[in-house]
Amino acid sequence: MEGSNFGNIRVGDFRPPNIKLPKGLVAALPFVILLLVLMWTTVYTVGPEEVGVVLTFGAFTQITEPGLHFKMPYPVQTVVNVPVQRQLKQEFGYRTPTPGARAAPVNVLDESLMLTGDLNVAVVEWTTQYRVVDPYLYMFKVRNLTETFRDMNEAIMRTVVGDRSVSEVLTVGRQEIASEVEVRLQELCDQYETGIRIEQIVLQDVNPPEPVRPSFNEVNQAQQERERMINEALSDFNREVPAARGEALRAVEQARGYAADRVNRAEGDASRFVAVYEAYRRAPEVTRRRLYLETMLELLPQVSQKIIIDDSIEGLVPLLNLQGIVRPPGSGASQEDGQ
Amino acid sequence: MRQAMLLGLGVLLLLLVMAATGAVFIVDETEQVIITRFGQPVGEAIDDAGLHFKLPMIHKANFFDKRFLEWDGASNQLPTRDKRFVHVDSYARWRITDPLLFFQRLTDERGAQSRLDDILDGETRNTIANHDLIEVVRTSNREFPASESLGLDDEEQEQLQITSGRDALAAEVLAAAQGRTSDLGIEILDFRFKRINYVEEVRREVYSRMISERQRIAEQFRSEGAGEAARIRGEKERELQVIASEAYRESQEIMGVADAIASDTYAAAYNRDADFYRFVKTLEAYRETLREGTTLLLGTDGEFLRYLKRSR
Repeated sequence: MEGSNFGNIRVGDFRPPNIKLPKGLVAALPFVILLLVLMWTTVYTVGPEEVGVVLTFGAFTQITEPGLHFKMPYPVQTVVNVPVQRQLKQEFGYRTPTPGARAAPVNVLDESLMLTGDLNVAVVEWTTQYRVVDPYLYMFKVRNLTETFRDMNEAIMRTVVGDRSVSEVLTVGRQEIASEVEVRLQELCDQYETGIRIEQIVLQDVNPPEPVRPSFNEVNQAQQERERMINEALSDFNREVPAARGEALRAVEQARGYAADRVNRAEGDASRFVAVYEAYRRAPEVTRRRLYLETMLELLPQVSQKIIIDDSIEGLVPLLNLQGIVRPPGSGASQEDGQ
Repeated sequence: MRQAMLLGLGVLLLLLVMAATGAVFIVDETEQVIITRFGQPVGEAIDDAGLHFKLPMIHKANFFDKRFLEWDGASNQLPTRDKRFVHVDSYARWRITDPLLFFQRLTDERGAQSRLDDILDGETRNTIANHDLIEVVRTSNREFPASESLGLDDEEQEQLQITSGRDALAAEVLAAAQGRTSDLGIEILDFRFKRINYVEEVRREVYSRMISERQRIAEQFRSEGAGEAARIRGEKERELQVIASEAYRESQEIMGVADAIASDTYAAAYNRDADFYRFVKTLEAYRETLREGTTLLLGTDGEFLRYLKRSR
């Protein structure tokens, strides 16, 4: 019967408007709308980074994977999508105003100020990156999960920093702190049944408190200064010692040169002497005289003043003019010469 | 077809009517419910989520949270045993374990929160006041690594030793608080110190102490640098002297050996005829020493001039 009615509509398209058909539609309208609403609340999609958590009258029923799904209509079943693949993050000690905006981050000193193990104060800012791994726990186990999670973060970070000295926190300990917080925070997340997995703790700025900062810089400067002084001394060392080594080698080589010179000369002199001696031995008297006279011949022309004194002439010496060899008065030599 | 549709519509209508009159109620996954009849609890707590029925008008459903709930303590200014004033901010988490008892003792969450405030704040105060500050800050007696800029001597390290520590103190507060909440239908699962910070005045003192400590370390670095530089310079001086003296020794040795060889060589040659050597060498010496500017006084009885006097 309904079929024939709808058949009439199709045929009636070619005819002038029929009064009878709208009446049937008007009667069916509420049902059609109801049907549409029901259908609308029956279909739902789960995004690629999410899972759908289906509730039947508020009771957890099932978890659905990404894609198009059907459920019972609205009052009966509802669905909540939980982004399990998305990496979520919380910032501590600072707030980036809006992602991407180039505004300076706002500091939240209450969150970042903490005591170190040597009862000093450090300002530690960090980011915790995490993911939802158990949507059931995440949704139903903990109320105000975000607040709780932030509290956990702060408590754990302070526990870990509280066991380290301020120098350690500010310099060498950063990586260690991050990984220890990660481990402890994960333990606490499991203990609290949050369904959260910690992906990474990223320490941001870790600083001494503002009023103390200049003195920390001074320490850095002093450290640099120490390095500089040591380097200067080392460079002096490196400049002078190799040069001295070279100088020492030069002196030794010079000595070797001297040695060679000395030995060679000695041998030369010896050979010459031997040769001359051999000749002398063959005719001693003549050679001796010849050598003497040759020497005199060579020598006397060079001597500027020659005074020949005969034994028989006496008292001449005091009258001699010794101008050529007079030395400045007062020196011992001139006195001797004067006598 | 029409009949089925009518039936479905009927059920829906019935449910709507029941919901309107309060015969049907939904318990969420996060909730648990106590049914009361004119304020009098009826039956056990309902903690399975889903659709539930009750008598309209007569029965009332009281909803309680089933989840882990937070308690966030106010930041209190407390003195420690060593008379340091600190802000202590803590948190706890708890849950309603026995909704019936909870309903009877505390009525609602507001009552529970204020009771928790009393208990936890009090226990925190006691615990903090009974311990030195260091006990609340540190968790273990972990050695600080000997960093060069650390500047802590053994005595200072000694003072930073603890006997119980932060976690132990938190556990102490938790245990004490658990003892006092056991009959309230709630359970405190964990208690932790969230923030512990110096109050303003103390903070200033600490800052000036930190500054002087840093200056001390800076001085230490500078004097270390000067000392090390002086040591290196000294080493350099020593090295230079060693090098120079070794070179001197070696060259003297070399020259000495050469002198000895030369001396032997001369001796071997000249020993053949010492008299002739003296003669030749003397002549050579004349030639070397008597040069221009020399005044020579010669006697006529000498070898050279003898012929001036006579021809033989």
